[in-house]
Amino acid sequence: MTAKTGKSFAGRFGVHIAVLVFVAIWTVPTLGILVSSLRDKDQIIASGWWNSFASSSQTEAGRLPAASAQAQKDGKYVIEGNIFGEGAKRNISAFGVKSSAPTQYTAGTAADLGDGVTLQMNADGSFVLSSPKAFEGERGQRVYFASSAPPKFTTDNYRTVLFSEGIGRSFMNSLTVTIPSTVIPILIAAFAAYALAWMRFPGRALLIAVIIGLLVVPLQMSLIPLLKLYNGVGSFFGVPSKAYLGIWLAHTGFGLPFAIYLLRSYIAGLPREIMESARIDGASDFEIFVKIVLPLSFPVLASFAIFQFLWVWNDLLVAMVFLGTEADQIVLTAKLNALLGSRGGDWEILTTSAFVTIIVPLIVFFSLQRYFVRGLLAGSVKGG
Amino acid sequence: MAAQIFSAIFVIIIGVGGCVAYFWGANKLLDVVFPSRGVSGSTAVDNLRRQGLVRPWLFVGPAMIILTIYLIYPVVETLRLSFLDRGGASFVGLANYEWAFGDREFRNSILNNVVWLAVVPAACTFLGLIIAVLTDKIWWGTIAKSLIFLPLAISFVGASVIWKFIYEYRGEGQVQIGLLNAIIQYFGGQPQVWISLPFWNNFFLMIILIWIQTGFAMVILSSALRGIPEETLEAAVIDGANPFQIFWKIMVPQIWGTIAVVWTTITILVLKVFDIVLTMTNGQWNSQVLANLMFDWMFRGGGDFGRGATIAIIIMIAVIPIMIWNIRQANKETGGH
Repeated sequence: MTAKTGKSFAGRFGVHIAVLVFVAIWTVPTLGILVSSLRDKDQIIASGWWNSFASSSQTEAGRLPAASAQAQKDGKYVIEGNIFGEGAKRNISAFGVKSSAPTQYTAGTAADLGDGVTLQMNADGSFVLSSPKAFEGERGQRVYFASSAPPKFTTDNYRTVLFSEGIGRSFMNSLTVTIPSTVIPILIAAFAAYALAWMRFPGRALLIAVIIGLLVVPLQMSLIPLLKLYNGVGSFFGVPSKAYLGIWLAHTGFGLPFAIYLLRSYIAGLPREIMESARIDGASDFEIFVKIVLPLSFPVLASFAIFQFLWVWNDLLVAMVFLGTEADQIVLTAKLNALLGSRGGDWEILTTSAFVTIIVPLIVFFSLQRYFVRGLLAGSVKGG
Repeated sequence: MAAQIFSAIFVIIIGVGGCVAYFWGANKLLDVVFPSRGVSGSTAVDNLRRQGLVRPWLFVGPAMIILTIYLIYPVVETLRLSFLDRGGASFVGLANYEWAFGDREFRNSILNNVVWLAVVPAACTFLGLIIAVLTDKIWWGTIAKSLIFLPLAISFVGASVIWKFIYEYRGEGQVQIGLLNAIIQYFGGQPQVWISLPFWNNFFLMIILIWIQTGFAMVILSSALRGIPEETLEAAVIDGANPFQIFWKIMVPQIWGTIAVVWTTITILVLKVFDIVLTMTNGQWNSQVLANLMFDWMFRGGGDFGRGATIAIIIMIAVIPIMIWNIRQANKETGGH
């Protein structure tokens, strides 16, 4: 390893820094929605999530109303109001008018801005800007202020999305779609993989080539014919064409090429001697498969199960085509997509919903990373 | 909802039970029809041979039926539909293809797809390779890799929300709650509505896919790098090669095959990219791509299956070279049998 390592101290230091930067870019975005999902919804729009741990004082910028808001009072032109508008009131400790000195004046005192113009800003955010001459211009006075709002964290957002926004129900729908779609293909693929790896029959090479070809066929090719097929079947039997059974079978079909490919390359690599000695002892192919191949293939079966689980859980396209958009069928990804349309700017809803949708994959991923990586390597380092 | 959970459990039991029953039953039936035990020698040999002819098909049968219904038949049907009108009733020849190449939105999608194809696989592979090499040299490399790998588990929709939050725009002078605009404003720049900037918005969407897929490239390439014989690196060091020469002239050429695999895998993914565009812009501001356009035409105005199928075929045509390459590689590996 020493041969690969840069020798100079600066070189090694640079490597640490570079990796740190990469790690930051790859984790900060996710951290952002996790932190935001736990914040008070008024605070989410009041300050960036990276400021959410900041103690009482944080500097913000604002703009006073433009000249059109002025009124005449005691011979002076005055603009009055509250910098927080209708939003949550916070405690202002200091304010200023220059970005270089945002906390020049303490709250409650009148600041002299020159030419007789004074600005007084109080702790509750109310301000009085007065001038002997009329204000002009379409842009109001820029102000900076240090406000003190204690960081407020809450699980209210989770309560809201799970029980009132329908995310809880969608979570169940996603599980309903995912688990059968993960379990059903395994056995079907395992038998096919064993036959393609260890049994001799005409057409085997062609079948393998077809499966490798199907591995890369875009899903888009299947959508329209299957949609037509499902509509036909639905109207023929008088049943709804959008049903869980349809999507279970669809995911089984779409997952099979990869399953067979992955399992076959693993099963083909099992030692020949074991199979042959079992065969000499009189075991049939069925017995060899059930008693020897299946138990030995556990790691690759686990790899495939994780892949398929993540794939189906994260899928949006198949769910949008083959399932309805009503509460009893809409899955998490589709629900999140719908929320992006209907709750566009409500970041407390969006970040929380997004975190609910990614938490299951993250748990699966962290607890079973070993199998996941193994499957990834076995599935794609062919021809390397 | 209880009924739904019950039906899901029921399906698992029926599905798995049905598979077990089929494989076990079919196998049993074969033994009964062509018995190999308890019959005279020559009959037993004959029956064993017959069993050997039938049994593989019993094993691959269910998989073949499902693959035929869900993948093989649709490929043929989509090709047929692309020559038919919107409802699939009458033959229109190449009209759908002519429409496609004259359509502004379609041409825009093709252009965008080309840019995606040029940028995303290259960026993922390059970044993945760099990170793989760097993390190999430090003691906390495994943790770093694990964290960079993590977005691979996140759905495209989830990732889109994550990044939409980063790109969030507030008017100039307001408190920016989107990280990118906050940084820009901190350094005195103008905040931008990133996802509607003409042309460049494509890149802001691509970043999402790069963010997701770099971990994939990194893991695969990292394992390939570990397979490089140590002697070649030592020899290079003894010959006085600097780290950059070692990287470009010793390491990269030895993992060329793996780089190609990573590149093609991500290329296929890019051709199918749909969720990110749908959730971020839905093709507005000239950010349309083929897969999203296809989905759009499936349902637009009640659905135009002819045009949808045509777009699918065009995606397929782009995949075919990779498909052929994959099959050839696989044949080479198994020695062609």
